[in-house]
Amino acid sequence: MLSRRHLMALALPCLTAPTSVLADWEVNMTPGVTDVSQAVFDLHMIIFWICVVIGVVVFGVMFYSIFAHRKSKGAVPAQFHESTTVEVIWTIIPFAILIGMAIPATGTLIKMYDTSDADIEILITGYQWKWKYEYLNEKVSFFSNMSTTQEQIYNFDEKGEHYLLEVDEPVVIPVGKKVKFLVTAADVIHSWWVPALAVKRDAIPGTVNESWTRVNEPGIYRGQCAELCGKDHAFMPVVVKAVSENEYQEWVLAKQELARQEFELNNKEWTMEELMARGEQVYQRACVACHQANGLGLPPAFPALKDSPVALGPMEGHIDMILNGVKGTSMQAFADQLSEVDIAAVTTYERNAWGNNVGDMATPKMVAERKGQ
Amino acid sequence: MSAVVDSHAHDHGHHGPAKGFTRWLYTTNHKDIGSMYLWFSFIMFLVGGSMALVIRAELFEPGMQIVDPNFFNQMTTMHGLIMVFGAVMPAFVGLANWLIPIMVGAPDMALPRMNNWSFWILPFAFGLLLSTLFMEGGAPNFGWTFYAPLSTTYAPPSVTFFILAVHMMGISSIMGAINVIATILNMRAPGMTLMKMPLFVWTWLITAFLLIAVMPVLAGAVTMMLMDIHFGTAFFDAAGGGDPVLFQHIFWFFGHPEVYIMILPAFGVASQIIPTFSRKPLFGYPSMVYATASIAILSFIVWAHHMFTVGLPLAAQLFFMYATMLIAVPTGVKVFNWVATMFRGSLTFETPMLFAIAFVILFTIGGFSGLMLSIAPVDFQYHDTYFVVAHFHYVLVPGAIFSIFAAAYYWLPKWTGYMYDELLGKAHFWLSFIGLNLTFFPMHFVGLAGMPRRIPDYALQFADFNQIASMGAFLFGTTQLLFLFIVIKCIRGGKKASAQVWEGADGLEWTLPSPAPYHTFSEPPTVK
Ligand code: HEC
Ligand code: HEM
Ligand SMILES: [Cu+2]
Ligand SMILES: [Cu+2]
Repeated sequence: MLSRRHLMALALPCLTAPTSVLADWEVNMTPGVTDVSQAVFDLHMIIFWICVVIGVVVFGVMFYSIFAHRKSKGAVPAQFHESTTVEVIWTIIPFAILIGMAIPATGTLIKMYDTSDADIEILITGYQWKWKYEYLNEKVSFFSNMSTTQEQIYNFDEKGEHYLLEVDEPVVIPVGKKVKFLVTAADVIHSWWVPALAVKRDAIPGTVNESWTRVNEPGIYRGQCAELCGKDHAFMPVVVKAVSENEYQEWVLAKQELARQEFELNNKEWTMEELMARGEQVYQRACVACHQANGLGLPPAFPALKDSPVALGPMEGHIDMILNGVKGTSMQAFADQLSEVDIAAVTTYERNAWGNNVGDMATPKMVAERKGQ
Repeated sequence: MSAVVDSHAHDHGHHGPAKGFTRWLYTTNHKDIGSMYLWFSFIMFLVGGSMALVIRAELFEPGMQIVDPNFFNQMTTMHGLIMVFGAVMPAFVGLANWLIPIMVGAPDMALPRMNNWSFWILPFAFGLLLSTLFMEGGAPNFGWTFYAPLSTTYAPPSVTFFILAVHMMGISSIMGAINVIATILNMRAPGMTLMKMPLFVWTWLITAFLLIAVMPVLAGAVTMMLMDIHFGTAFFDAAGGGDPVLFQHIFWFFGHPEVYIMILPAFGVASQIIPTFSRKPLFGYPSMVYATASIAILSFIVWAHHMFTVGLPLAAQLFFMYATMLIAVPTGVKVFNWVATMFRGSLTFETPMLFAIAFVILFTIGGFSGLMLSIAPVDFQYHDTYFVVAHFHYVLVPGAIFSIFAAAYYWLPKWTGYMYDELLGKAHFWLSFIGLNLTFFPMHFVGLAGMPRRIPDYALQFADFNQIASMGAFLFGTTQLLFLFIVIKCIRGGKKASAQVWEGADGLEWTLPSPAPYHTFSEPPTVK
């Protein structure tokens, strides 16, 4: 059954309703929260209305002929079939309209390309299937993974409000400051997109693309990867949290402090239980997309780790595999992604989960040594 | 036009078709080959359509229900490839085979043996492509645009077979195009000057040049992929000093003209049908020819409008934006001419005309969204969303596919000798029309609201429109079985068709008896 909402939405005329109504029905682009996104939205509406007007005229004439000039009404065909004047007119008028469109479009584009004088620079790297954010001057860096659970995706749990559009750690920026994004990728092409900022830039391995934003209103703005990047392309959202300048500074300090604490963890003495618990968390965050929660992977693309010769084999080989990845496959090098504890933990976990019971445990020190190799 | 030499007499001699399967295997007859192309394309349309229904079934609701994400990607990829290379292109080559010789008064295509070969490559090419579904690692899953390095370093092993299949399709298309050009330039009946040719012939002549220009570029792209995958080169591998963006430039240098390859013959079909049922000559014939040629030429300098987000320099961005906007001008001229042809005509609305009118209206809507997409700063918001999916389906489904249906209904009486069932034809039209708009119109909305394309699962706010789209897709899909029924019914019998068939029809093909004999115009007619 179609609900009333469906039927309303289907009615073509609602496209032409005022935009405030449209927002409820989610049929139009967002005007966003930056000057640029507003300019983009305005351009979108101008070109839309131009199309509507042309459409009304052209289809008007056509429908008039369909109703008035039908044979069943005794219409006798005229025989005219050429007029240079008319052809010239309907070449020139569209051309003029296009020039009228091109001028504001050029202005907006030039603004979007002006990345000079940024207050903050963030390097964004696309990975299969997560984003890494590095604040170049603040020396803050972290990964942002989708936090929607597999149970929600596979319909065992009820889906949350921000289903598929939520992450474990959003990228935080201050309002009113010019933030420059440097966008690149580690494996395949991704595309970093936040509709409310009107920023979409492809993340391409070997290239660093630039874009920028200056957000006017605090808030949480959600987007997604926009370029097909493999199996979990649908599952690498972008969440931007725009906060006041003060709040941002506090956040930076807290992140820096947290990084120090994390680093300290490398020197701590770990027990097997602690490592297994931590390893499971790391695994869920960083490995589960490919190797699956049950360790069986998705062969042949993603090998099983249960009974894998690497996971059951010598410790060194296993750690090296995780540190360096396998070039030319989606098995990434995790050396720069995970701390030494985390690598030790996940290695331990893989060696002792799902019925793999090698029984040994990796330590942060062993990882540090392998890194040095 | 002068009377036709009656070639019917030959038919009863020993020049008729051979019997059994070998007739089809060895045939060099343009009508047999045309029919085979059309049947092949219809089968591919159903196969590709079933894949679209898998996609739409998965997208009926948020959450993963039916397929896993990797298989979903295989479905979008195969659907796109099969529809473009297997359904639309072969259908137009089939129409070209059937119609160009009888429109220009030639006995057959210029290179009949090559014609046989260009068709028979196709079943093998698509057999190979479809077989990848059963291979270890699955079928290609990197989108029909197969961007590197997803399609090279990160591709499933079946990519090598995909490359071979694309090469075979390319060879087939190039041979088909050579044949069309040779036929049109050399085999026209005396008096049939270029500017007297029916527009379908004109649009195909221009399309054939496009094909010859860009299919080798596609072959180059896949060959470079093959080298990267198996022979250690690094054309598209950043780690080896290559550039993934290079792939996109090469692909779209092929890809944009490719979309015109799929639409120019459709323009030709509309330009044949609308005058017939308006009982009035086509308005602005010369400007239609020039507009088609301008579109074709412009199509070579707009490719990067598919790449506005890859980070081109500002100057390049502006150039490709302006050039793309420019294409709207000749395209507009074509639409205005069709409307002017209908204006003050004497219109009737048989099935071909219904499809042709829907073609003009819905293609124009696709053109409008195309114009919106050409505005680079706004394209940042549209790019790779469902807005684009809506756009290209509006130009491809009611554009290319509707024109193919229109052509099929229009010429079926000439091909089979019987009228098709008008009532069923109209039912096919209206169900398709409704199904199509239900499917693709809501995609504009979810696209603008932020739904990316090529995703097997989506956020909750997109649910309602996706549900409508999925229902529309199943309506549209099942309706096509009705078309199959109508065609078979028409082949098996019905009201006898006259030579003229349609009151307002004009052109050499309508001087032939219906059904058109196996050999026609063995002696050329004279065109005044
Ligand atoms: C994006 C997908 C992906 C992610 C995420 C991923 N892997 Fe892998 N992994 C692979 C692939 C592909 C291979 C096979 C590489 C090859 O061809 O040898 C692999 C292989 C392995 C192997 C060797 C298995 C064997 O038997 O050869 C281990 C161990 C491993 N991964 C551990 C991890 C750990 C630990 C993580 C998380 C920190 C992880 N992987 C995350 C894709 C991934
Ligand atoms: C039965 C009618 C059709 C339906 C329901 C349908 C549905 C779809 C859907 C839902 C997608 C989007 C996949 C995604 O991005 O997730 C898609 C993609 C596509 N379709 Fe169709 N389609 C139909 C007919 C056609 C036809 C006739 C053509 C070509 C002439 C075509 C060409 C394409 C192409 C090129 C893509 C892009 C594939 C890619 O993203 O790589 N489709 N189709
Ligand atoms: Cu992606
Ligand atoms: Cu294009």
